[in-house]
Amino acid sequence: MKLNTLKRHFRESGKSLVRNGWMTFASVSAVTVTLLLVGVFFVIMMNLNHIASNVENDVEIRVHIDPAATEEIQKTLGAKIKKIAKVDSIVYSPKEKELTNMIEGMGENGEAFKLFEQDNPLRDVLVVKTKTPQDVGQVSKKIETFEYVQSVKYGKEYVDNLFNVVNIARNIGVVLIIGLLFTAMFLISNTIKITIIARRKEIEIMRLVGATNNFIRWPFFLEGLWLGVLGSIIPIGLIGVFYSNLFKYVSPKINIPFFELLPLSPFIYQISAILILLGGLIGIWGSLMSVRKFLKV
Amino acid sequence: MIEMTDVYKTYSNGVVAINGINVKIKAGEFVYVVGPSGAGKSTFIKMMYREESPTTGNIVVNGVSLPKIRNTKVPLFRRNIGVVFQDFKLLPTLTVYENVAFAMEVIEKTPDEIKKRVMEVLNLVGLKHKVRMLPTELSGGEQQRVSIARSIVNSPMVVIADEPTGNLDPETSWEIMNIFDEINKSGTTIVMATHNKDIVNNLKHRVIAIENGKIARDDLRGEYGYEA
Ligand SMILES: Nc1ncnc2c1ncn2[C@@H]1O[C@H](COP(=O)(O)OP(=O)(O)O)[C@@H](O)[C@H]1O
Ligand SMILES: [Mg+2]
Repeated sequence: MKLNTLKRHFRESGKSLVRNGWMTFASVSAVTVTLLLVGVFFVIMMNLNHIASNVENDVEIRVHIDPAATEEIQKTLGAKIKKIAKVDSIVYSPKEKELTNMIEGMGENGEAFKLFEQDNPLRDVLVVKTKTPQDVGQVSKKIETFEYVQSVKYGKEYVDNLFNVVNIARNIGVVLIIGLLFTAMFLISNTIKITIIARRKEIEIMRLVGATNNFIRWPFFLEGLWLGVLGSIIPIGLIGVFYSNLFKYVSPKINIPFFELLPLSPFIYQISAILILLGGLIGIWGSLMSVRKFLKV
Repeated sequence: MIEMTDVYKTYSNGVVAINGINVKIKAGEFVYVVGPSGAGKSTFIKMMYREESPTTGNIVVNGVSLPKIRNTKVPLFRRNIGVVFQDFKLLPTLTVYENVAFAMEVIEKTPDEIKKRVMEVLNLVGLKHKVRMLPTELSGGEQQRVSIARSIVNSPMVVIADEPTGNLDPETSWEIMNIFDEINKSGTTIVMATHNKDIVNNLKHRVIAIENGKIARDDLRGEYGYEA
């Protein structure tokens, strides 16, 4: 395309935005509200995922070995577990160490358990880590079938519950967001339709004198793009300011294990890119939808 | 130049507008299309610039077989056709100059080409002194001149006009007709639907009369043939 033509398309799209001021305002507002909600949702979801993966990475399988097992048997068992494809690492923890860990973990109250140092009721343990946290359940089931395995434990309920919460939140959010995106797109498509109707005569003449459909389409395409991109400015600004304050002032005061926010960079850049992209896409989509009807031959 | 073979046109509502037409128009001809209201004149003309397509039959214009070309090829085809209407179809927010330049801009002519050619055609239709005015500041005849300037600005081989003097008084109509005659003398083919008996009978050209979607008469240097 020639530079002059491109300039013309930009100028025409800008003129149209100004001329249809109120419709422009309405569409941009709709995109703004949509992207603000989408942005908040993304912030929540991505942080929930982050927390979940922190927890996940800490998930381990504890294999309690039958006391009847000799040292030799313990070694073979360890080797057998190691051979399972999804197992990443395996650490042997003798029952003496298990007891010290437990006593330490209990702090003050631990004293009482020192009695057990004489006659340790605990079992030797193999601490197994899987390659991905999702494999924990499957690998545990497999290990349970091995001989000399007394019991297999992992934070099943905890992990499963967390995954459930994340999944439900994600599903609700996705439905909500798709609905919002469609609403915004619909509004944009209506705005463009009105600007097209205002320019119907112009389009008629363009077609009579032999302008191509693409030439006719361009200004509307750009107009949709502007509506979307303009609508992403406020959400990006607000979410950026809000999140960096949250990260700077609130996050350090929270002392829950695993609960830690995603670091500012690159997270807010990612969110900004996602929002601007989404804004642009719904803008373009909305405009192409409404132009299509007017260019039918 | 323009050739129709066994052309029939039935609109989607069932109206048969063209009911079997065969005709040849040679390059450089000036043709009046006459006939009663609703006879099919506009439909006949619209098919020449592919605003409508025939239900059956073939139309070849400037070597292009219209029923066969793809929609994407229509813009290029149209660049060789100028069209003029009864209601001028000018853009009210653009000046005289801009209205004419518009037809060149949207097919991506360069600013230099545009500047030169627009003034040339505005001079030809006698509006050089009014280039900065808006259409609303012009008389009907002047508006039609702008529209004619626009139709020829891209130097088409054919100019098609549907009742171009329909909204104008007799004197102004004659001024417009003289411009069309000039354009024709420079070699451009002209096909014009008209109800203007005075003009058809005095500025003699070929006359094709359409009645009920068929050609009823076709005379070189013909007569209008209806009561005005
Ligand atoms: N777009 C259309 N849809 C349906 N019928 C039409 C359409 N255009 C014209 N007609 C009908 O076709 C016939 C011929 O119309 P037209 O070509 O405009 O005649 P003329 O120009 O000679 O007055 C008329 O009966 C008219 O009502
Ligand atoms: Mg007509």
